[in-house]
Amino acid sequence: MTAFLTIGVLVLVAIAIWQMTKIFELSQIKKDASQIANDNDNKYNGYLMFAFLVFIYGITIFSFYKYTKILLPKAASAHGADYDNLMLVSFIIIFIVQTITQALLHYFAYKYRGRKGQKALYYADNNKLEIIWTMIPVVVLAGLILWGLYSWVNIMDINDQDDPIVVELYAQQFNWTARYAGEDNVLGEANVRLIDIDNINVLGLDTSDSYASDDVIVKELHLPVGRKVNFKMRSQDVLHSAYMPHFRAQMNCVPGMITQFSYTPIYTTEQMRQDPDVIDKVKRTNTIRAERAQIGAPNSDPWEFDYILLCNKICGKSHYNMQMKIIVETQEEYDAWMAEQKTFAQIVVTN
Amino acid sequence: MSANAHAHSEDHHEDHGHHHKETFVTKYIFSQDHKMIAKQYLITGLIMGFIGIAMSLLFRMQIAWPGQSFPIFEALLGKWAPDGVMDADIYLALVTIHGTIMVFFVLTAGLSGTFSNLLIPLQIGARDMASGFLNMVSYWLFFTSSIIMVFSLFVEAGPAAAGWTVYPPLSALPMAQPGSGMGMTLWLVSMAIFIASSLLGSLNYIVTVINLRTKGMSMTRLPLTIWAFFVTAIIGVISFPVLFSAALLLIMDRSFGTSFFLSDIFIQGEVLHYQGGSPVLYEHLFWFLGHPEVYIVLLPALGITSEVMSTNARKPIFGYRAMVTSIIAIAFLSTIVWGHHMFISGMNPFLGSVFTFTTLLIAIPSAVKAFNYITTLWKGNLQLNPAMLFSIGLVSTFITGGLTGIILGDSTLDINVHDTYFVVAHFHLVMGISALYGLFAGVYHWFPKMFGRMMNKNLGYVHFWVTAVGAYGVFFPMHFVGMAGVPRRYYENTAFPMFDELTNVQVLITVFAIISAGAQLVFVYNFISSIFYGKKAAQNPWKSNTLEWTTPVAHIHGNWPGAIPEVHRWPYDYSKTDKEGNYVIPEQDFVPQTVPMGPDEEQLHH
Repeated sequence: MTAFLTIGVLVLVAIAIWQMTKIFELSQIKKDASQIANDNDNKYNGYLMFAFLVFIYGITIFSFYKYTKILLPKAASAHGADYDNLMLVSFIIIFIVQTITQALLHYFAYKYRGRKGQKALYYADNNKLEIIWTMIPVVVLAGLILWGLYSWVNIMDINDQDDPIVVELYAQQFNWTARYAGEDNVLGEANVRLIDIDNINVLGLDTSDSYASDDVIVKELHLPVGRKVNFKMRSQDVLHSAYMPHFRAQMNCVPGMITQFSYTPIYTTEQMRQDPDVIDKVKRTNTIRAERAQIGAPNSDPWEFDYILLCNKICGKSHYNMQMKIIVETQEEYDAWMAEQKTFAQIVVTN
Repeated sequence: MSANAHAHSEDHHEDHGHHHKETFVTKYIFSQDHKMIAKQYLITGLIMGFIGIAMSLLFRMQIAWPGQSFPIFEALLGKWAPDGVMDADIYLALVTIHGTIMVFFVLTAGLSGTFSNLLIPLQIGARDMASGFLNMVSYWLFFTSSIIMVFSLFVEAGPAAAGWTVYPPLSALPMAQPGSGMGMTLWLVSMAIFIASSLLGSLNYIVTVINLRTKGMSMTRLPLTIWAFFVTAIIGVISFPVLFSAALLLIMDRSFGTSFFLSDIFIQGEVLHYQGGSPVLYEHLFWFLGHPEVYIVLLPALGITSEVMSTNARKPIFGYRAMVTSIIAIAFLSTIVWGHHMFISGMNPFLGSVFTFTTLLIAIPSAVKAFNYITTLWKGNLQLNPAMLFSIGLVSTFITGGLTGIILGDSTLDINVHDTYFVVAHFHLVMGISALYGLFAGVYHWFPKMFGRMMNKNLGYVHFWVTAVGAYGVFFPMHFVGMAGVPRRYYENTAFPMFDELTNVQVLITVFAIISAGAQLVFVYNFISSIFYGKKAAQNPWKSNTLEWTTPVAHIHGNWPGAIPEVHRWPYDYSKTDKEGNYVIPEQDFVPQTVPMGPDEEQLHH
């Protein structure tokens, strides 16, 4: 239905443009046909420049009003708050600059629209002005760079302090696998050359490596809340990217090397579901899904919020559906879940 | 497309000086005249642009109405859209070829190729390029690569589909994706030829600017267009060969079993022999060109804007030296920032810090340029011709798009918006739309020089205003989609319930995209009809100072019928007055570069 409506609108717009051009062309026969802007053109386009400024502000306000709610909810990782603050400050700076410069640009275009007899000011340079608007960005950017680099160094400093759990994220076309390091918290050696699908050794673990035997391989990522996680990313075929937007976390998975990222989840999935923003989002989404259910469309089951891991580096046909659920839970829940999982040694032996 | 070129050229054959030695072939096809080559570049670029924009509409429709059947899909995509539903592989192919065509074929060759060729000899006072023959070869290599790229759309397994950056291993392994077979081979061959074309062109531009400037045309008297084209050519020569090496090594990996970019791969049930290569190496090589490429696209547009804006504001460009310095600073910095595309590629985080630093530095010369444009408008007498509107529009989108670069250039903030729609919105505004506006500004402004006729201004106004509204309508809301976490290059977003409520934003974006694409048809109509039926142009319709307007309207070999004009002043003496406040030339608010300085005239700029 919306499609027809939109196509209808488009047809109307097309007709409107066609008519407008026709009117323009008819009206210009009488006037001078030099095709160079005259005072009238300057006047109307000057007014339109001003209107365009209003439009830019309008679409900004409209977007913020309508779309702020669709943005990601509060960060669910320890470093996320710092990330969000830096983002907020950057945006405030951006919008101050945007508002002022667009105003000047379009206001000048309107104010100084050409008129017969108007004399432009011959104003070729002014070193003071140039220095001012070189220095302002220098100072502001210096602040942003320093803050950004400070956060960056903190986020990317992947170390073994605070007893992190070690998890491997293993990417392949088009799914994710997670491997926990097990009791010893050390991942066993692995290489794609050791993959033995008949023996359920899909990640290519080195069976002779004692560290590998207690590794736990799962298809759903469980994380205890408040505990640092050191991720080691691996890919078996093409580039993938492990993108966990709720945790402000992302790292590419590169065949032939191991990449790393680290964060501490601070809210359990259950806590996040109680967040007012998330409750609203779920409600809105489920309204949409209920409408779909009524007309029997797919993707209409009610949704419950979950953290998610997406692939964010083009990896082939089903790139758009390469995902893994992330569940953040209390230490007890996590331990209980972990106790149910089979270790690598158990899988390989039982088969 | 050459058929098109003939048609319009024949039209004003009569008003040409007759060169009896010229045959049809040497004049219209294998021409060595820079003005004809410029037109060939422009028309080829516009045709490629038509294809590229049409592709974007197709995939925008798929994103807005995922999985819906459209007869137009079936008509255009054939077996790739069974029952009118777009296939996921062809979606990626469309995205890939759209990017490739727009970046390289339209905005590099179509923009820089057209206007460097047209303006460098005309504005520096040269009879032609340093080597007319190399110039001709450059165009025909470009033409060949265009043909190969278009031809690749029709191969059995589909065209290249690994994204316009064609990162291996996806692009290297046919079993990873059907598009990585013959389609990717043709893509690489096409790009290799394109690079050769670009290098020949750039070397020619550099040599011409250095050696063939007319008497009095010192470097500080060059119009900013020429500065921009000159510096663009230099960064092209520095960075394109690196892309060539990347393409070459990728070809080796694909066809000869080497392991430059590949290692430890297990795909479709078997281990491949590749060992020891790294895709990250490819990313470095690609972005060593890829980032300067942004400025190869953008600088000519900014140069055109400088010239158009000054002429139509009837005012000198503000801060000529600061503008030149900014162009050079941007060009220099552009070659040392490529790593900001790779913050989360697995590259050492310390390198990320360095690239954050250099990247944010680029904001400084960019800001200087923006402020200088705004000051150029201040107290002007703005002649709001279509070219002027597009120039003002360029400054607007350059600012809007450039500002979000502060987010993406910051390694920390990049983590969560990397490869999302936020990036798509950012670069489309700052380089896509801005450079297109520069292209349009150039076409409207120099159309009289190219075709001897004027374009219809009212159609130009409709074209601009619909495009301007549409462009913001497409890309402003898109930032929000990105910040909601939606990755780019997703065939559909229905696999994630968290993106359900973003569908209506996608619909809005697509509607705006279709409207703005419609406005381009107005341009196409205006362009073609003006070639044949446009009003005959005066010699200097915009009352401009630069040398190209001292040549006769009719194109002649060697540009000037008599001696090459001598230059006596910089190109921006608009509205210059003496101490009493009278124009230097009575009743005329501009002083062409060929007019000698008066006896008591002062030089008022630094």
